[in-house]
Amino acid sequence: MAKRIDVSGLTAYYGTHRAIDDISMTVEPRSVTAFIGPSGCGKSTFLRTLNRMHEVTPGGRVEGKVLLDDENLYGPNVDPVAVRRTVGMVFQRPNPFPTMSIFDNVAAGLRLNGTARKSDLAETVEKSLKGANLWNEVKDRLNKPGSGLSGGQQQRLCIARAIAVEPQVLLMDEPCSALDPISTLAIEDLIGELKERFTIVIVTHNMQQAARVSDRTAFFNLAAVGQPGKLVEIDETERIFANPSVQATEDYISGRFG
Amino acid sequence: MASTTPIDTPPASPVPPAGPSSSSSTGRAGDKIFSGLSRGSGILLLVVMASIAGFLTYRAAIAISKDQGNFFTTFDWSPSANPPVFGIAVLLFGTIVSSIIAMVIAVPIAVGIALFLSHYAPRKVAAPLAYVVDLLAAVPSIIYGIWGALVLVPYLGGLNVWLDQYFSWTYVFDQTQPGVARNMLTVGILLAIMILPIVTSVSREVFLQVPRMNEEAALALGATRWEVIRLSVLPFGRSGVISASMLGLGRALGETMAVATVLSPNYLISLHLLDPGGATFAQNIAAKFDEANPLGRDALIASGLVLFVLTLLVNGAARLIIARRKEYSGANA
Repeated sequence: MAKRIDVSGLTAYYGTHRAIDDISMTVEPRSVTAFIGPSGCGKSTFLRTLNRMHEVTPGGRVEGKVLLDDENLYGPNVDPVAVRRTVGMVFQRPNPFPTMSIFDNVAAGLRLNGTARKSDLAETVEKSLKGANLWNEVKDRLNKPGSGLSGGQQQRLCIARAIAVEPQVLLMDEPCSALDPISTLAIEDLIGELKERFTIVIVTHNMQQAARVSDRTAFFNLAAVGQPGKLVEIDETERIFANPSVQATEDYISGRFG
Repeated sequence: MASTTPIDTPPASPVPPAGPSSSSSTGRAGDKIFSGLSRGSGILLLVVMASIAGFLTYRAAIAISKDQGNFFTTFDWSPSANPPVFGIAVLLFGTIVSSIIAMVIAVPIAVGIALFLSHYAPRKVAAPLAYVVDLLAAVPSIIYGIWGALVLVPYLGGLNVWLDQYFSWTYVFDQTQPGVARNMLTVGILLAIMILPIVTSVSREVFLQVPRMNEEAALALGATRWEVIRLSVLPFGRSGVISASMLGLGRALGETMAVATVLSPNYLISLHLLDPGGATFAQNIAAKFDEANPLGRDALIASGLVLFVLTLLVNGAARLIIARRKEYSGANA
């Protein structure tokens, strides 16, 4: 259930503004890859090109290739809707469907695919909530609205919703930035468990978090405000934090800028 | 604790505190004037409402006490006859039926237009189109009435024949009395056109307010555009669409000139929508007020009071529906 991502020569635009320039990298399956870098460096934009969410922004446009195993996500006959069913996403702020119950939130993706039978549905919902470490907290109130949960619980509900459809890849855009430290810890533990089943890419502003959860870390930077963001380097997380090969990475990690 | 007493109750000082309070004194006067004005407006509104309700109730009571028929079940409207006999049964029926027809036609179309304007149309098209829809609301209702009588009625004659030919088994489309299309269906269609702009523009506003993150939640799950609308936009907009529909219903219930111009009234209750006739509260008041004697006027006022109560009930029902959905409204998301 996990695939390798190969990105080559990827450039993304907002209208005429070039947000990220010529990025190439490989993301290993069943691992956690963290994107770090200063604000505006394009790491979130890059993340959103990996499931073709970038182009839903008005003016959003992408050049280059993203291979999921051997299939180009930007191939001429590829349906972006199908891509998003394969590459799941968790957002910065928890966004459960506010009008839906906890159960329906998790089942939403399955119902879209239209494959789920009723008995399977309940089973998959339970499995997904267990997978997101939320089952014990919500099993007695599955019919209550998802928006009644705490922020951390809502974020885990969103993770359960994303993994319920068994994606190949799970993208997380600063998933803990709106959460308190305890909820953050719960999500980080969860990421450690999920990487056994999924390829995970996480954008984070918290460098300790990148160091704690990721196997590989990519550092993005931009020359100046208004300039496109670029990939500076990507390497094993330990190397990035102990002995990066580029001076700018070391400056950023040690807090000398950014 | 005795030692802290001076701190708790500072000694009264003959010197007024300097600085901040003296410099903000004009601000306080402004505050007082403004709060007085706004409180006065609020009270004025209540006084106006109470005096209207009181006036309606008083005159209605006079009329009903002289009514020799049952005010609620009598079909006839003859307050100037001897003995006076009048009742609101036909008016209530006609008002509700024509408004229901209008809602059934207008709400789905309005929601469709609103979704198109908010989620499908390119921005360059959406803005002028939304403006055109709003312009529909600016057409005076008498113009709708004249257009309805001169254009809609002749054209709908053909539709009536067709409906009667193929759908007379539905009972409602069975035309038992031939005649021009000055009937409840025509009135309902005209009312639908008239309430379309208000329902559309309120729904569109609500659909545009759907948080970006709600729509992205659906998109990221692999939802198509229609599925995004179904999962995120419609649930978020539901209470807004209900309020929009109720605003439209309020207009349909009270619409006067357009209905009076199009309908050829009679005092019969019939669910054969294609048969000419029927009457509504507002249309009846407009048609009868000039020629009415004092008792006739009071009788019309009594019927107006019923319309007033009906509108209140509709609004109350709308609020109940919205409140029941509050837990799911997304306000806390």
